[in-house]
Amino acid sequence: MTDMTHKPTLREWLMTDTPTSRRHAKFAAMYTGWLTLKSNSMAMIGLGILVLLVLIAAFAPLLAPHDPFVQNLANRLQPPGTDGHILGTDSLGRDILSRMIYGSRITLYIVTLVALIAPIVGLLVGTVAGYAGGWADTILMRITDIFLAFPRLVLALAFVAALGAGIENAVLAISLTAWPPYARIARAETLTIRNSDFIAAIKLQGAKPLRIITRHIWPLCISSLIVRVTLDMAGVILAAAGLGFLGLGAQPPSPEWGAMISEGRRFILDHWWVATMPGLAIFTVSLAFNLLGDGLRDVLDPKDGGHG
Amino acid sequence: MAMAENNGSGRRKSPLLPPVLVTILKTVGSVIVTMLGLTFVTFVIGRVMPIDPVLSIVGEQASKSTYDEAYAALGLDKPIIVQFFYYIWDVLHGDFGVSLLNARPVAEDIRRVFPATLELATIGTFLGVVLGVPLGVIAAVKRGTWIDQVARVVALVGYSMPIFWLGLMGLLIFYGILGWVGGPGRLGIFYEDIVPTVTGMILLDSMLAGEWDVFWNATTHIVLPASILGYYSMAYISRMTRSFMLEQLSAEYITTARVKGLPERTVIWRHAFGNIKVQLITVIALSYANLLEGAVLTETIFSWPGIGQYITTALLSADMNAVLGGTVVVGLIFVLLNIFSDLLYRFFDPRATK
Repeated sequence: MTDMTHKPTLREWLMTDTPTSRRHAKFAAMYTGWLTLKSNSMAMIGLGILVLLVLIAAFAPLLAPHDPFVQNLANRLQPPGTDGHILGTDSLGRDILSRMIYGSRITLYIVTLVALIAPIVGLLVGTVAGYAGGWADTILMRITDIFLAFPRLVLALAFVAALGAGIENAVLAISLTAWPPYARIARAETLTIRNSDFIAAIKLQGAKPLRIITRHIWPLCISSLIVRVTLDMAGVILAAAGLGFLGLGAQPPSPEWGAMISEGRRFILDHWWVATMPGLAIFTVSLAFNLLGDGLRDVLDPKDGGHG
Repeated sequence: MAMAENNGSGRRKSPLLPPVLVTILKTVGSVIVTMLGLTFVTFVIGRVMPIDPVLSIVGEQASKSTYDEAYAALGLDKPIIVQFFYYIWDVLHGDFGVSLLNARPVAEDIRRVFPATLELATIGTFLGVVLGVPLGVIAAVKRGTWIDQVARVVALVGYSMPIFWLGLMGLLIFYGILGWVGGPGRLGIFYEDIVPTVTGMILLDSMLAGEWDVFWNATTHIVLPASILGYYSMAYISRMTRSFMLEQLSAEYITTARVKGLPERTVIWRHAFGNIKVQLITVIALSYANLLEGAVLTETIFSWPGIGQYITTALLSADMNAVLGGTVVVGLIFVLLNIFSDLLYRFFDPRATK
């Protein structure tokens, strides 16, 4: 590895043991993590699928062979491979492949929103509870426990029923059921960080709680939250699809994958492809998140081997 | 899930009461608080529902006075907090109100549909345990071999596959194409209403009545939904078993046992497995609770007349009392199973008691 050059290559600069600045150290740590992740072929497959999903969603109008909303009743329930419909058509004669391609946008939309809302709520609740302690901790954690005690899907169902069916409300309902584990993780991290020497040092320098939480505790909670988010996303996709399947998520004619399965359900015995194809899409994407999540856990949080 | 790490704050020792009693009292207290919160959440959800419960009773054509009368009869004129206490009072007496759809007491309906779910979830968990535990143990012992890979794939698929889709595919393949199992529902149409309802669980009832035709028909109907639930249970249980076993197998006492020359079977099953039993029971209890929830979607697919289908039907027809009742019952079972596994953990694993 040691060439006789004096100016380090990018790789050497990233692999250094003696970082020259804070930014340098951060990049070096990220690069090492990336190398570990890269060596995990399963995680890379997961990442590849997700990158592909983003590309498909971004270029949906270019990729879709047909308009996902145009109905053609003369052409309904055509099996896969019939004149230009690679995956066949549904009960209204719409091209299933095109609908699935557009459906990837809805999936990404839901996943992105939940991945933003739930961890942030959890982070807020958990760090405040952990740092403040006392009655604030007791009350916040009691609320967290109550939400944890609920079966998630049933709670989401009840929320959507109260708020009204629709994709935004589905996102809200899923987020409302997804934040408690993040709060617990953030609280546990906060409790260990709170009593460490460097926090005491910052306190002596006169830092206020707000600054300590936002600048010193949050950054340290992030990595365990990211692992949890990635592993959770599979569950989020399944929950969203479940709500869509029950008719409580995205409303027709929206090409949401769960709703598509629900449409195909009536014809399952005679026209199997209508319900089968979107299910494969859901399976692939949530598998990808699980694979990537497992890999990320090995990189960011090597001590724990179990799932869930 | 993480109930075992609970109660980080309550650490003072009371000299007046024995510690076991303190634990029990604390647990009972937390159950009560959790249940109150749970009913409160469902209550609020029910009240903000954009459906007028009065209209659904008196109908669109009712006069103002009829409307007001029904409004007052439902207690809707009282402040919301008073309504909540009325609601709690009723729930404590096993009264979830009257279904807005069929005017039957919700509690009675739930009692009628619940055994179907219990039957399904119990058989599902049984399958999950019988298949998942050995798979997890073997995967841990033969770590890195093909069987470990199989266990990994089984679990990954279980974590990634939408349960309602798997149910549909199962119906398509095993009912539609192969014809090996009975279709949706609990019984074929010719077998309905033969067996008197004793427990509400058809398999048990038909056995008690000695109606083996009915028993067999019910078996062909339950085998598919129960296997699908069982698969999810197996995915979870085998994964947890594997990680528990790996932890034990890397411990020094295992090396000691091997050095002593104990046969490998004794080392694995008596020493290592013996030490994960308590953890396993907690996992099984959690998976049982999860299956009750997984039943919501599965029951829809298989037209299984259990609590899951009851809740979803009630949801779609905006039957508020039924939704709330169902949610509270499922939530209560969820909490009790959680607490149960937590208690087991505390009492049988000395490391968990601080």
